[in-house]
Amino acid sequence: MPDATGLELIAHDLREQVLGAVTDTQHHRGIATLIVDPERILEALAWLRDTPNQAYSFLASLHGNDYLPAAPRFGVHYELLNMDRVERLHVKALLDEPADGGLPELDSCVELFPTASFQERETYDMFGIRFRGHPDLRRILMPEEYEGWPQRRDFPMGGEPVLFTHNETQTPRWYE
Amino acid sequence: MSEVRAEVRDESVRELAAGVTVEPAGGAGKAGEGGGTPHGAANGAAAVEEELLTINFGPHHPATHGVLRLLVTLRGEVVLEAHPYIGYVHTGIEKSCEDKSYWKVIPLVERMDYLAYYFNAMTFCMAVERLLDEEVPPRAQYLRVIHCELNRIHSHLVWLGTSALDLGAISIFWYCFRERDKILDLFESSSGQRMHTRYVQVGGVAEDIPAGWADKALAFTYDMEERVGQYEAILDRNEIFLQRTRDVGIVSEERLLGLGVTGPLLRATGNPWDLRKADPYSSYDHFDFRIPVGTVGDCYDRYRVRVAEIRESCSIVRQAIEGLPEGPYITTNRKVALPPRHELATSMEALIHHFKLVTEGFRVPPGEAYAPIEGPRGELGCFVVADGSAKPSRVHMRDPSFVNLQALREMVVGGYVADMITNLAMLDPILGGIDR
Repeated sequence: MPDATGLELIAHDLREQVLGAVTDTQHHRGIATLIVDPERILEALAWLRDTPNQAYSFLASLHGNDYLPAAPRFGVHYELLNMDRVERLHVKALLDEPADGGLPELDSCVELFPTASFQERETYDMFGIRFRGHPDLRRILMPEEYEGWPQRRDFPMGGEPVLFTHNETQTPRWYE
Repeated sequence: MSEVRAEVRDESVRELAAGVTVEPAGGAGKAGEGGGTPHGAANGAAAVEEELLTINFGPHHPATHGVLRLLVTLRGEVVLEAHPYIGYVHTGIEKSCEDKSYWKVIPLVERMDYLAYYFNAMTFCMAVERLLDEEVPPRAQYLRVIHCELNRIHSHLVWLGTSALDLGAISIFWYCFRERDKILDLFESSSGQRMHTRYVQVGGVAEDIPAGWADKALAFTYDMEERVGQYEAILDRNEIFLQRTRDVGIVSEERLLGLGVTGPLLRATGNPWDLRKADPYSSYDHFDFRIPVGTVGDCYDRYRVRVAEIRESCSIVRQAIEGLPEGPYITTNRKVALPPRHELATSMEALIHHFKLVTEGFRVPPGEAYAPIEGPRGELGCFVVADGSAKPSRVHMRDPSFVNLQALREMVVGGYVADMITNLAMLDPILGGIDR
């Protein structure tokens, strides 16, 4: 993990290279977090991956989160890893829910990190965050005809009918 | 119902056939006989011979190690395209965790990757400990290491037994399960359960090991090392096994890293990346062990790496038992860990703490933490978001099976159907972990 000073240095360099990319930094319990403007996430990730003295070239994990009462409601988290220095960097993009009720959108990083493919699909599946440019953005864990975004905080827990043959016709859009 | 299913399948078949023509056997992987462009349908007579067959492999198929469905396009025996479809055992564990207090989440996350339950609980507890800034006493760290390594042996034994079974060797299955049962006996004796033990707790472990357990575990490790030699004697000179695993499913190290693959699959290519060495947690730096690596990165190397890991795990268990420090097995912070049972009769304070912990649970200050450990299948990470209440606001498991499954397509495309079975077996996917 970069320490607090190291994180500020990374943020400073990144701000210079990609204008306005870093909106904030956090260093909490030894975890270094860069909060990145969602519009510039790809540039920031590419810079972190390709700059020789950064070289965070391994994406360990990508996941979403719903901070419901908070103002930018959704977060997409990237756990980057430099395997040579064994340093982890947590990059976070905060997304607002669009005013027109549509889905929040973010650029897909599959081109940079092929491993993100399944994980972006899972984030889309669970939180309804649309990844622009993902080659195959479909639901991955939930059934394809499922409606709703189950891991959003305002999605009720339980009460989900189990799909059997006898009630298959009653599930929404079963015929599609 | 049957018409609906047929229609759905036809659609995906069309979509797939289109996908095949656009994208000929992309990426690395072995360039087998069928690796070229598969769309020979246009040129008359050859069309009949080159008719593609798209079949559902699974979800109910013994060789998929669970309920994995692969939509496979074949030309004869050669795999042209393979798409995994998952989610058949998705039970929404991550969502359920948001409705449970922290210590009640542990049994839930254990059921994700059902062969690595100690690891699941441990990574969750490590993330919460990080948020709480809670120290784990050395004895608890050692006990965690002992159980995790036994669990790793257990997981590799199930993998070895079922994988060899997929390749037609049935006797090794019974041998592996015989040893696995001994490990489950050890788990039962130390924690009361054979599987999903809820042994790892936030701040330590649930209970100290009972008297005589250490000797039993030591005896087991010596026995196990001998047995591993016997397994190798069965498989290493088995011509069928060798022919089916050697030079099968090679994917380059760079590509695997790009796909996020970790664990034995990555180490088989010669990259010694292991979090136990690279980023030691839970006092793994106290032990002397080696990281087995392969050279070619084929299925045979994956088998060798895992079998060698069983030996190393035996050695770690022995070192941990011999060096087991004295002291508490769980943190003495009463705000996090339950007070010992005998204090409840005499101490009012202990009773209050007990009551608070059991009814409400402990509160965790707001924050986010990602804690990675080396599971039997690769990097197992837990991402926990705390909002200050007694329940996590988000628990996410980065399951290695889920991420590693993406490499399957590149391993199997261009090879034979039989090689696909080998690849799937050597990938060691646990569908409970993939679907969560």
